[in-house]
Amino acid sequence: MIAAEDLLALLPLISLSVAVVVVMLAIAVRRNHGLAFALTVAGILISLATVPLVSDRVPRLVTPLVVMDRYALVFIVMAYAAGLVAAVLSREYFRIRESRPEELYLLILTALLGAGVLAAAHHFASFFLGLEILSVSLFALIAYPLRENRALEAGIKYLVMSGVASAFLLFGMALIYAETGTMEFAALGARTGTFPSAIGTIMLMVAVGFKLSLVPFHLWTADVYQGAPAPVTALLATVSKGSVFILLMRYGLEAGMLRNPVLNVLLVLVAVVSMLVGNLLALRQNNVKRILAYSSIGHMGYLLVALIAANVVGGNLAAEALLVYLAAYFAMTLAAFGVVAAISPADREAEDLEDYTGLFWTRPWLATVFSVALLSLAGIPLTAGFIGKFYLFTTGSQGSLWLLMGALIVGSGLGLYYYLRIVFQMAQAPELTQARPETGPVGMHLLLAVLLLLIFGLGVYPAPFIDLLHPEIKVSEPGRER
Amino acid sequence: MLAGLILVLVAGGLLAWPAERYAANAPRWIALSALLLDAALLVPYFAGGFPEAGVWLDEVRWRWIPRFGIGFHLGVDGVSLLLIALTVFLGFVAVAVSWTEIRERSGFFHFNLLWTLAGVLGVFLALDLFLFFVFWEIMIVPMYFLIALWGHENRAYAAIKFFLFTQVSGLLMLLALVVMVVIHYRDSGVYTFDYFELLETHFDVNTALWLMLGFFIAFTVKLPGVPFHTWLPDAHTQAPTGGSVILAGVMLKTGAYGLLRFVIPFFPEVVADFSPVAMGLGVAGILYGGMLAFAQSDMKRLVAYSSVSHMGFVLVGLYAWNGLALQGVVITLLAHGISSAALFAVAGALQERIHTRDMNAMGGLWTNLPRMAAVALFFSVAALGMPGLGNFVGEFLVLLGAYRVDAPMTVAAALGLIIAPVYSLILMQRAFHGKSLAIGPIRDFGIRELAVMGLLMAATVWIGLYPQSMLDVSEAWLKNSLKGWGDSVAQQAYSQPWNEGRVSGRAL
Repeated sequence: MIAAEDLLALLPLISLSVAVVVVMLAIAVRRNHGLAFALTVAGILISLATVPLVSDRVPRLVTPLVVMDRYALVFIVMAYAAGLVAAVLSREYFRIRESRPEELYLLILTALLGAGVLAAAHHFASFFLGLEILSVSLFALIAYPLRENRALEAGIKYLVMSGVASAFLLFGMALIYAETGTMEFAALGARTGTFPSAIGTIMLMVAVGFKLSLVPFHLWTADVYQGAPAPVTALLATVSKGSVFILLMRYGLEAGMLRNPVLNVLLVLVAVVSMLVGNLLALRQNNVKRILAYSSIGHMGYLLVALIAANVVGGNLAAEALLVYLAAYFAMTLAAFGVVAAISPADREAEDLEDYTGLFWTRPWLATVFSVALLSLAGIPLTAGFIGKFYLFTTGSQGSLWLLMGALIVGSGLGLYYYLRIVFQMAQAPELTQARPETGPVGMHLLLAVLLLLIFGLGVYPAPFIDLLHPEIKVSEPGRER
Repeated sequence: MLAGLILVLVAGGLLAWPAERYAANAPRWIALSALLLDAALLVPYFAGGFPEAGVWLDEVRWRWIPRFGIGFHLGVDGVSLLLIALTVFLGFVAVAVSWTEIRERSGFFHFNLLWTLAGVLGVFLALDLFLFFVFWEIMIVPMYFLIALWGHENRAYAAIKFFLFTQVSGLLMLLALVVMVVIHYRDSGVYTFDYFELLETHFDVNTALWLMLGFFIAFTVKLPGVPFHTWLPDAHTQAPTGGSVILAGVMLKTGAYGLLRFVIPFFPEVVADFSPVAMGLGVAGILYGGMLAFAQSDMKRLVAYSSVSHMGFVLVGLYAWNGLALQGVVITLLAHGISSAALFAVAGALQERIHTRDMNAMGGLWTNLPRMAAVALFFSVAALGMPGLGNFVGEFLVLLGAYRVDAPMTVAAALGLIIAPVYSLILMQRAFHGKSLAIGPIRDFGIRELAVMGLLMAATVWIGLYPQSMLDVSEAWLKNSLKGWGDSVAQQAYSQPWNEGRVSGRAL
């Protein structure tokens, strides 16, 4: 039986579900873009406001499926904030494009719900449910501009890929269950599986590798990033990948997956190859969205450092590193795609490198935001990206992962090249020297300003955020409080 | 006070950026006032005298990221004070030489200039390794913009190459310093990035070697030492004049400073074993850089390669690690900062006037530009090591100190003194002497430029004739850091001849 306390702990998820229903009903009653947007924003804000109420009552295991702890809550805040950004970007983006954008907000909300469930998942059932809620929302979001071939193609690609990944995931789970007889992460950790469950774990990793677009499961990434509307790409790049990583860390630590030496070697390999291949492929691209797609492959490779080190350095530092890096990655990725969305003209997206020529002189504000985001992605000090990279260096050296550290340095060096290429392009003299007034709605610029502040804030004075995470962040099973 | 030094430049940069809208020259004046304010802040340190016992003239220490024991910890001693003074001084020069060259977007130009200088000051001041690294990287970004935006024909290539070399080597350093901290953490259970606390850490020889290499590569790339020097000719050649002045005058010095302040004190045992390699690289730099300089037809490239050669002396002197050689290093840093800045200013001024740096297209310019030619001659002669001018003192002391440690190496290094006149004089000969190519009337140096060059000349003469005034400033720190040095030869080299030299210096 679920007690009232348990429901209270779930408030951030419950209130978001209520928001989903409200938005759906509102659309059914009256189709109005502004109304749907306002309700969505209100729903996310209310859900965010419930987090402080909950934070005193965690960690708490609510049914065997879901565990609410600070680790999950911090990520939920990040994901909801990212959802908010995506919603604001979508409003401006679809205001001049799609005739019926209302359901888009519904899908953003459900995607967030899926991400929230994933972050708190403590059981194969919630793992699978969360992932599917998230993925199904994303198919529709990616293919939302139905009349555009590329978006449609991207949607189908993501659908097929996701389906395959889910099949792998289910089969893997089944194999593990067949041997161990349990689906709870913590209980899995107590039992050491051998043959079938090792295969199962590898299949599970394959599925996750698809979701995180780790090499060699990365082939879909660039096409989907390019085809999806920029606000959706922002959501896909942040919330979807972040939540899977959060889950992976929890699963890895609790279910003892990281103790498996073979899997560890495989993970190291995947990480190194992702860092190198992702960054190498980005070098020759002339399409900004594809560059960002390949760079995200590299970043996922960097993030694996925290996961792999977790076994040696302990879950606390690893989880802290993961959350700090994710926070930085969220802010800079959202800012980058925000700028892409902001400078796109109504009939297409500004994705060619030429579209950015002289941006510093025609639209200095957007160019500044974009360069800061890119420099942050490159890990230059005073930006959030550097603090994230610093955490990875610290975790990696504590775990003595020298191969990974070497790949991280090489990957960052490669990354620098293509990030600077974009910055250089923006700095070139434009064809028309007249500075255009900053067009576009105030909300978008305000949003970018906030993201810019976040990038600098985390980079210059990260102490408050770190204090929030340290030393309380623990990825561990709480006692059953029932 | 110390934070103020950096803050003034940061704030000045932020003010200068939008100021362009109100008046074309506003950013320049803002930059000058910020630098003037900095100079004023420096005066008390010079006026206060230099105690024998206390090495640190001033310190600030604030908490920054307590989780990892990172502090905002700045400190100034004699060596960093001299380098800071050089930085501020060359800051003036950079603003002055860009006065007419930079016509477009001067606000952003001066923003970048001031931020680069702020980063350099931070590097010279930081006593927290994390903070040091932050400044180390921060100075690269505005310099990248200086090259990428106001550079010459091949700027994209040069700017990215510069950034890649310094950033990737910087990441090696970051890894090395994080590993240092982790080892310290394992020993003591405390995270700290503080310079003094990390000095106490003991490393086993094998680890120390790797860590030392991480730092060494980062600093030698910046210095630059052979074989990591290839970014330098490109960056210098393509940068605008002000950028070249800052690059050659102060940015290269950060590499030497890093070796001096961090690498050698942190890993004394390994450094002793490693010094033949480092000195060998230094000698290679002296000779190879000098030969390449001779072979250039691009004037800025020539000066750039001559920097490689001069910085070779610095590397040799650092790894000799005794009182004479280190004093020589400090003097070389100052003197080379000034002379190379002046030569780049001349090259930049020429390019602004005749739109080429190619010495094949010059010749006989003395008749058109008598004042500029005289200035160029003065600094060429300074660079080749004429006694009485600053560079001579520095290189002489380096050779004197190095001779006690490794005679054959020093003999080879001394060959650099033969190559230097060759490339310095060929510059004069090809550009200013010979048949005039009849370019038409060209504007000679005006009052503004002559004033700047006069200041630079005065500084060079001062260092050349009265180096003791500089040596006194840096002495306390050098003495202190040599104290822990076990090698008796080095001790001896420091104590005896040094004191004699000091007496005779006073007697003069």
